[in-house]
Amino acid sequence: MAKKEKAKEKRTAVSASSYSGEKTATGIPLTCGASILTPGTSKVYKTGTWRTFKPEIDQSRCIKCAKCWMSCPDAAIFIDKEGKYQVNYDYCKGCLICAKECPVKCISYKVEEK
Amino acid sequence: MVEKRVMSGSEAIANAVKLCKPAVLPMYPITPSTLVPEKLSEYVANGELKAEMIYVESEHSAASALYGAYTAGVRSFTATASQGLALMYEILPIISGSRLPAVMMVANRALSAPLNIWNDHSDAMSAKDQGWIQLYCENAQEAFDTTLMAYRIAENEGVLLPVMVCVDGFVLTHMYEPVQIEDADKVSAFVGEYKPHNFLDTSNPKTFGAFAQPNTYFEFKEAQQKAMMNSLDIIKEMNVEFAKKFGRSYGNGLLELIDMKDAEYAIMVAGTTVGTAREVVDELRAKGKKVGIIKIKSIRPFPVDDLKNATRKLKGLGVIDRHISIGYEGPLCTDTRAVLAGEKVKISGFIAGLGGRDIDRTRIRDAFDLVMKGKEGKWLK
Repeated sequence: MAKKEKAKEKRTAVSASSYSGEKTATGIPLTCGASILTPGTSKVYKTGTWRTFKPEIDQSRCIKCAKCWMSCPDAAIFIDKEGKYQVNYDYCKGCLICAKECPVKCISYKVEEK
Repeated sequence: MVEKRVMSGSEAIANAVKLCKPAVLPMYPITPSTLVPEKLSEYVANGELKAEMIYVESEHSAASALYGAYTAGVRSFTATASQGLALMYEILPIISGSRLPAVMMVANRALSAPLNIWNDHSDAMSAKDQGWIQLYCENAQEAFDTTLMAYRIAENEGVLLPVMVCVDGFVLTHMYEPVQIEDADKVSAFVGEYKPHNFLDTSNPKTFGAFAQPNTYFEFKEAQQKAMMNSLDIIKEMNVEFAKKFGRSYGNGLLELIDMKDAEYAIMVAGTTVGTAREVVDELRAKGKKVGIIKIKSIRPFPVDDLKNATRKLKGLGVIDRHISIGYEGPLCTDTRAVLAGEKVKISGFIAGLGGRDIDRTRIRDAFDLVMKGKEGKWLK
């Protein structure tokens, strides 16, 4: 009987609907069907490490048209407290769409150095 | 009052599905599975079944809608065969990897080319590695019963894996036999109401279909493997529970041993061929030969321990495959060889029934003959 109960416990542990607390070696929750239980987890994954080219905004020439902000596919351009357009390098993949779209060409870029 | 009516294997399955009350039925009919969506749409049209039929534009869409229905949190079903299953292929591991307890009927049919609509196992056997439980059936009653059990097995909390109910195209799907259709309330009590585990729920938001990196993917596959191994016990338990409720069972749920008690030689095969083999065994037994049949019902999960136990006293085992893994041998034979590696029993692999070629008594006698002589198997042309 005890053996049977243990087997049952083992069964639920690997596949229970509600997440049982098991984690992979790297700390990722081992959920049923690999679903993610909490929103916003993509923030944890910093895609900025993919970058080959690093864009830089020349604030003195920026006209604040927001075209870079609108066209960034990773929402990696943000407006800081002073109203300046800035690049969030944690998530910027360096696609350079912002540089291409900038009407006054104030976004330059260079090869990322790490 | 128990009702026994003459009907096709397909109608038996459609009846079983109706009694399990699926809410969504994505269907793309393909020979020889067509009778099932035909019957189900009839039930929906005349009000016997309250479900939404989705007439999708391809089998790829049928499998995708099956995924969608389960992520929405309802019971569903679809049926397919051959090229249809091949077109679903992309979605098969997505359904199993997402741990959705879908049930699908596969009317086993040969794969093209050359184009062929008749029965063999090449469609399902090619898909056996995609994380679906595969249960094969011998007759219409077994198809009805297995469909009911399939929902229970799939939806078990320790399993949560999809199930293919594999039935031989035409030989079973279009064969008219007396089938006991069980009472709706009794079936409802057995199958129970569907309680979804993993589904889109606005009060408990989750992300589905997210990607997993090399540091995670591996463990999710390991979890699937564990769940599949759990299903060995669950399938057996369901078989026992089904027997208690309805008075019918199929071996231990994974394997059925026919005349195996004192057998020295045996044939292992899946599906309707078992019926023919039973007759051959009766003939050979009448002549004093100690022969038996291992009817393999569950190909995934593969019943390793039960197969070892069943073959312990055998001198020779013939494995009949209705599919050829071109470049090697029949996959059922390969699996069996792996299980019995190091054992004394001589294994002979046979390829039979490709593209609907009859596996008649002569061919099975032929196979037994070679097995009893300790010879290699052959193509039973």
